[in-house]
Amino acid sequence: MQPMTVHRRDPAPSRFSYRMQRLWLTPTFRFLVRRGLPVLFVLLVLAVVFGSAARRQALLAQYNAVRTQIEHRPEFMLSMLSIEGASPTLADAVRKMLDIPFPVSSFDLDLKKLRAQIEALDAVASANVAVGPDGVLQVTITERQPVAVWRTADGLTLVDGTGHRVASLTKRDARADLPLVVGLGADQAIPQAMALLAAAGPIAPRVRALVRVGERRWDMVLDRHQRVLLPEADPVAALERVIALDQARHLFDRDILSVDMRLPDRPAVQLSPAAFAARQKALGLEAKTGAAKK
Amino acid sequence: MMDLYQSQRTMRSMRRAAMQRGVIAILDVGTFKISCLVLRFDGPDDAMEREGVGPMAGQSTFRVIGAATTRSRGVRFGEIAAMPETERAVRTAVQAAQKMANVRVDHVIACFSGARPRSYGLAGEWQLRERIVTENDVANVLANCDLPDLGDNREVIHAQPVNFAIDHRTGLSDPRGQAGNRLACDMHLLSVDALAVQTLLNCINRCDLEVAGIASSAYVSGISTLVEDEQELGAACVDMGGGATGLSIFMKKHMIYADSVRLGGDHVSIDISKGLEIPLATAEKIKTLHGGVQATGVDDRDMIEIGSDSGDWDKDRRQVSRAELIGIMRPRVEEILEEVRARLDAAGFDHLPSQQIVLTGGGSQIPGLDGLAAKILGQRVRLGRPLRVQGLPQAATGPAFSSAVGLCLFAAHPQDEWWDFEVPADRYPARSLKRAVKWFKDNW
Repeated sequence: MQPMTVHRRDPAPSRFSYRMQRLWLTPTFRFLVRRGLPVLFVLLVLAVVFGSAARRQALLAQYNAVRTQIEHRPEFMLSMLSIEGASPTLADAVRKMLDIPFPVSSFDLDLKKLRAQIEALDAVASANVAVGPDGVLQVTITERQPVAVWRTADGLTLVDGTGHRVASLTKRDARADLPLVVGLGADQAIPQAMALLAAAGPIAPRVRALVRVGERRWDMVLDRHQRVLLPEADPVAALERVIALDQARHLFDRDILSVDMRLPDRPAVQLSPAAFAARQKALGLEAKTGAAKK
Repeated sequence: MMDLYQSQRTMRSMRRAAMQRGVIAILDVGTFKISCLVLRFDGPDDAMEREGVGPMAGQSTFRVIGAATTRSRGVRFGEIAAMPETERAVRTAVQAAQKMANVRVDHVIACFSGARPRSYGLAGEWQLRERIVTENDVANVLANCDLPDLGDNREVIHAQPVNFAIDHRTGLSDPRGQAGNRLACDMHLLSVDALAVQTLLNCINRCDLEVAGIASSAYVSGISTLVEDEQELGAACVDMGGGATGLSIFMKKHMIYADSVRLGGDHVSIDISKGLEIPLATAEKIKTLHGGVQATGVDDRDMIEIGSDSGDWDKDRRQVSRAELIGIMRPRVEEILEEVRARLDAAGFDHLPSQQIVLTGGGSQIPGLDGLAAKILGQRVRLGRPLRVQGLPQAATGPAFSSAVGLCLFAAHPQDEWWDFEVPADRYPARSLKRAVKWFKDNW
């Protein structure tokens, strides 16, 4: 019988496994295998998947379908428009202008654009558009408040405190409560006009209109065709002087046509022709001149 | 001669590169086992910058992060006899140590015990020109040492300046900066068999590793085993390995003599195997478990099952008494020690002021050895264990690892050797200077 030879496994690593282990212990190699290979694999898979146009299209279509489905869930649908803070006419105008085809998904509406659209209306000072509960599109409007009627060659216009157009007016009588301003560039100086009217005080009931002259200064027109010519600079003080004069000397009760305050140190009063003649007569000067200044 | 100088310099620069990378492996190629330790260097430790001696005697700059030991194969008398086998064993050890350390090591410092080391004492003289000793003067005096005839196929493995003298002042460890007319130097040179070293280097290169240094195991086990005052006052370290017993004599912190006896623990095992007619592996086991060198009365009754698997009942149930085993072991151990004694006497160890002898290595673990050694080597014998270094596994702290640990210390703080100094300019062969001139002419 042959002696049994025991084949014991060689405990030494083979040259290949020894080199592999050393390679594996190399930090760069290790990093490449552990991080680089997975990243490369993922990139490869993505490249293969998205390489074909048809697959890309299908995926995009699927994405869009899911998106539409979510957007049209009842939670996101709007069914009515509610406008607050606007007069019925303005509300109607806004409704007509926006013309939203309800029901509509709130994702399809561009609220910022809607708001800009509403604020573009003359009658609207500011607007707020929000998606409220229960499918209501909430529009809150602050209207412009007209403070004066502006007459131009084209017709009558309502303007607000900043001079911005609010609406057109067909008849002056429709807004008899508002003062009238006339002249080119009057809308640019509405705040000054308001200050003048506020300063008019005792003669306020007699003021018929404020006339902008040469886009630079105001004339105040009173009834009985009387007129106060105000300077460009500091008209309120000039007006106050005139009013003080009227209260002290009953200026406007006299037969005069206009008070000229344009030169602050040289106020002038124009008499009516009849008054002038009477004055000439009283002074004994029967000259035939048309008008003279005091 | 220049070749060796260059190759040693290459190894030194390799060692510096490894230090920069912070990881270096040390490899102790022994007859019985091959051990590999992976060291991590953390740069200059703050412990080094503190005053006085830091923890671990300043050795804490490195830490052992991987350790592996495997049975040696293909090594006889501390020399490689079958390279493919040894290569496999080295791969096993290096791979296991790398796995434990979890880093790749490319640089290895190796030591071996065989290759017939031979010691020479060299002396050189140099007339100083500047009266102040500079590094260049040291290089010159080292280069001026008269080199003995080493014989065919011998190479220098260690060439350490041991002592410097300026004029009539001797015993200087570092002459730089001192003034004088004549600089003299004593150098200890250790030569080994060139072919054996070349085989070892080839073997390591075949494992894809770079050799960053090479040392004699007798020297490195002396570094790790002798304590500081023993190194200073003079002592001999006897490293009893498997196939060779190395001995090194230290004085004033320098090795002044090294030799090796081509006898070791393996011969004891072979004796047991032959005497008891049992396999070598069983003999090794019995030696390790029951061996000794001092028989007492109780050993006659201490029966050891020696077993076997021949199938013959009588043969397989054999028993020997421990006294018989000791009777086989003792003559061989005595022979080894006698041989060591002879070598020490030849080296003039008797004339040293201190007669301390330290036994280390795996063979020194035989019980009762210190008593026997005291009879043969002299009264002042102790058993030595290696210094404890940071991170060394418990299993690797025994005396069998003293050369591995010593190699760690050698890697961390190598002794200045001849090739650490620049070769003096006038010693360069004229050919290379001509070549440099030619290069300039060709290129400019």
